[in-house]
Amino acid sequence: MPLTDQTAAECRDLAARYPDGRSALLPMLHVVQSEEGMINSAAIEMCADVLGLTTAEVTAVATFYTMYRQKSPGGTHHIGVCTNTLCGLLGGDAVFAALSERLDVGSGETTPDGKFTLERIECQAACTHAPVMTVDWEYFDCTTIADAIRTIEALAADEMVVATRGPAVRGWRATERTVAGIDDGLADEARCVDAIMLAGLEVAKEKGMTAPDPGKGA
Amino acid sequence: MPLTPVITAHWDDPHSYTLDSYRRHGGYTALAQALKTDPDEVIATVKESGLRGRGGAGFPTGLKWSFVPQNDGRPHYLVVNGDESEPGACKDIPIMLANPHALIEGIVITCWAIRASHAFIYIRGEVPMPIRRMQKSVAEARAAGYLGKNILGSGLDLEIVVHGGAGAYICGEETALLDSLEGRRGQPRLKPPFPAVAGLYASPTVVNNVETISSVPYIIKNGVSWYREMGTEKSPGFKVWAVSGHVTRPGIYEAPLGITMGELLDYAGGIRDGRDVKFWLPGGSSVPMLTADHLDTPMTYEAIVDAGSMLGTGTPMLFDETTSVVKAITRWLEFYRHESCGKCTPCREGTYWITGTLEKFQEGRGSQDEIEDLVEICNQIMGRSFCALGDAAATPYAPSLALFRSEWEAALTQPADEAFDPAATMIIPSMSGVGA
Repeated sequence: MPLTDQTAAECRDLAARYPDGRSALLPMLHVVQSEEGMINSAAIEMCADVLGLTTAEVTAVATFYTMYRQKSPGGTHHIGVCTNTLCGLLGGDAVFAALSERLDVGSGETTPDGKFTLERIECQAACTHAPVMTVDWEYFDCTTIADAIRTIEALAADEMVVATRGPAVRGWRATERTVAGIDDGLADEARCVDAIMLAGLEVAKEKGMTAPDPGKGA
Repeated sequence: MPLTPVITAHWDDPHSYTLDSYRRHGGYTALAQALKTDPDEVIATVKESGLRGRGGAGFPTGLKWSFVPQNDGRPHYLVVNGDESEPGACKDIPIMLANPHALIEGIVITCWAIRASHAFIYIRGEVPMPIRRMQKSVAEARAAGYLGKNILGSGLDLEIVVHGGAGAYICGEETALLDSLEGRRGQPRLKPPFPAVAGLYASPTVVNNVETISSVPYIIKNGVSWYREMGTEKSPGFKVWAVSGHVTRPGIYEAPLGITMGELLDYAGGIRDGRDVKFWLPGGSSVPMLTADHLDTPMTYEAIVDAGSMLGTGTPMLFDETTSVVKAITRWLEFYRHESCGKCTPCREGTYWITGTLEKFQEGRGSQDEIEDLVEICNQIMGRSFCALGDAAATPYAPSLALFRSEWEAALTQPADEAFDPAATMIIPSMSGVGA
């Protein structure tokens, strides 16, 4: 899909949010990646053009960050499995192995039908919810091998799949726009406060524990 | 020591993240109060409270604010560090999901104090949900008059930009974060100058963690003496602890600094299946591991250092006796190797050397000499790298050797997966139960 005037306009809008437009480069790269499926020369040139940078300057940035794909377009869905120590040892390694076998791809690779890109990911800041999987970067917390396989099957059949702390997944390219800061209207789609986040509050309420009363002694 | 829910107190409200819910529980009253107070007095209050940065370093927050030069004619900026990427750290994203307005109210109060009219919330790129939720909440706050021009008639103008990153652990380091926010490769800057003097766009900038700023409204609203009723003299106040690993009920537990890991572990139902703690890390993979011997150590910045570790992000990870130390350490080093930004030689080269050697041990191919060589390589990195990432990478091995030497010696011949059955370490069934 060629980059359109509309994409350029969105990039200019992002640049206008900042005191210095160059601050929008990371968000802009997410937007052009959502169009192109990767950071290719057209994507680099558009960002350079909008910000008045050289293509070398933009390339230096694009190659630094792991979310930008350099070599091939990403699949319809990005499947991430945290294999850092905690998630990995508590089950993430086995989840990744099962998905890798089922999809017949390794980390960073895309299935031949273009449907899935599988990736070992680093700590996703949800260690309380280990093992953590992501679909299009939405949280699929406390996953099991069976859950992960079921999720893949449902996505392969184009069924609706809802994140544990997030909305129904919409594809990796749509998420790239969200991460760029373009409103997707889904902020209230899911509560995202689950039993694990409430664990301490529940114990406190059971035991009648509270913070000090501000009225007293202040 | 009891739990003391403050930031988390109303998370069980079905819509805790909305402006309505936040206001129903007293939200934005601290802002009205602060805006009637001289900015220097707000800084003084936060100084007196003793609030310390919750991103890992524990630097006194009010002191950091006071470093921003005043009447210098330059714009000032507040940058909130929401790049939560430290392995084990998982408390800022829950705060942004469940209580985003505490962060926004904290931002407005902070900007009043440091005389900033532009704030940024830098959120790591791999988490769309907190990005969209913060954006919506900023829009809500703006519509309610808590952001924009002349906020509550105070004369303060403030805009907040929610900014998504693109995948790079190093951007949690404050100067790398600033370079990233300027649209560059996220590599750390030489200090000095510190951000308070030359930060974002070379202007005076305060960089604070999400939890730090989210604590500010409660301190302003309830007062210094209330805040200091919790915690200790040098480590006052409440803290959002995220307890993870082989525990019965992993999750978010809010309690004063000074609570012990043993107490937190009791609240979390103990180690799974009545097992024992083998090792635990108080705050992320970058701090030295401790054992069951330290379960009674008060979780304060000072006491944990005295015990040989660091409080870090205050997000303890606990592992039981089914866990291979060799495998755990190797995996963390693989992470540091992956995330080293490449700017300085000790970290770039050192993380490769350490990890390559560790991987041999993990496969049961270590050598006696390398057990000691690794200590030496780590010493060559420690204190010699450009930023704390190198120090972090050099940290985990030596304490693990001191505590579990026999395991490293066993790894001269025995692969980690033979010494410790990976299926036993897992908390989920090892087979899918569907098909094969």
